[in-house]
Amino acid sequence: MAITFDSALGIHQHAVEARVKRAEVLANNLANADTPGFKARDLDFQAMMQKAQEQVSGFQMDKTHDAHMDTSLSASDSDLMYRVPHQPSVDGNTVDAQQEQTRFMRNAMDFQASFQFLNSKFSGLTKALKGE
Amino acid sequence: MSLGSIFDIAGSGMTAQSLRLNTTASNIANAETASSSTGETYRARKPVFSAIQQSLMNPGQGGLPMAADEGPGAGVQVEGIVESDAELQMRYEPHHPAANEDGYVFYPNVNVVEEMADMMSSSRSFQMNVDVMNTAKSMMQRILTLGQQ
Repeated sequence: MAITFDSALGIHQHAVEARVKRAEVLANNLANADTPGFKARDLDFQAMMQKAQEQVSGFQMDKTHDAHMDTSLSASDSDLMYRVPHQPSVDGNTVDAQQEQTRFMRNAMDFQASFQFLNSKFSGLTKALKGE
Repeated sequence: MSLGSIFDIAGSGMTAQSLRLNTTASNIANAETASSSTGETYRARKPVFSAIQQSLMNPGQGGLPMAADEGPGAGVQVEGIVESDAELQMRYEPHHPAANEDGYVFYPNVNVVEEMADMMSSSRSFQMNVDVMNTAKSMMQRILTLGQQ
C-alpha cells in the first residue's frame, strides 16, 4: 500500500476544510444581519463529516461519466440549510446576531482543535522521516 | 481555502454599515435645515441592503446551474439610497428668513430618535464584522504555521 498524504492525514484535513466553509457561511450571516428578507443559513457539519469519512474509507461515489454529479466535499452545497428563527421579525430577516457570533467563535475554536490534530500528524510524519 | 472570501464578506459588511452610518450622520446634521418649499427641503436618506449571491459571481460552478439561493453567499451590498416619503414638518415661523408668503417654513422629515437607534445598530454591526475579520485573520495565520515545529 502506497503512502499518501490522504491516508496519513485521515479525516482531519476534511474537518479543517469543513470548518473553514462553515466560517464562511456564518460570516455571511453576520454581514447580512441588517439585510431585509435575508434568511440565516448553516452547514450540516455531521453530514459533511460523514461524507468525508466515506471518502477517507474509500466508499465514495465514482465519477465515470462527465455528466455525473460531483459528490465531493467542496462542490456540494446540499448541506446548506436554513435556520429556524426563534422569533419573528418585521423585515423578514432571520439572523440572530448574538447567536451567530457565538457559533462563529465556537467554530473558530473547533477549527483550532482540528488544526492541532492536523499539525500533530505532520510533526509525526517529520519525526518518522528523521528517525528520531 | 476559502478563508480569503471571509475577508471579502466581512469587508462588504463594514462598507455597508459605514455607509449606513454616513446617511445617519447626514440626516442628523440636516435635521433642522429649514427651507421655504417642499421641493428644496432635505429628506431623510436610508440605504437599502441586499445579499450578494455567490452564484452570480462565478456561475456554473460544479457544472450545475445553481439556484439563486444556493452557495454560501458573498456578503452584503447597498442597492441604493432612498429618500423617505414621510411628511415634512410645516411650522409657522413668519420671522424666519426662509418663510414663504404665508409665513410657513418646511423642516426635514428626519426622526432624530430613529436616527440615533440606527446609529447604535450600525456601529454594533460594524464592530461585529470587525470581530469576524479578526477571527478569520487568526485562523489564516494559524494555517500558515502548519507543519512548523
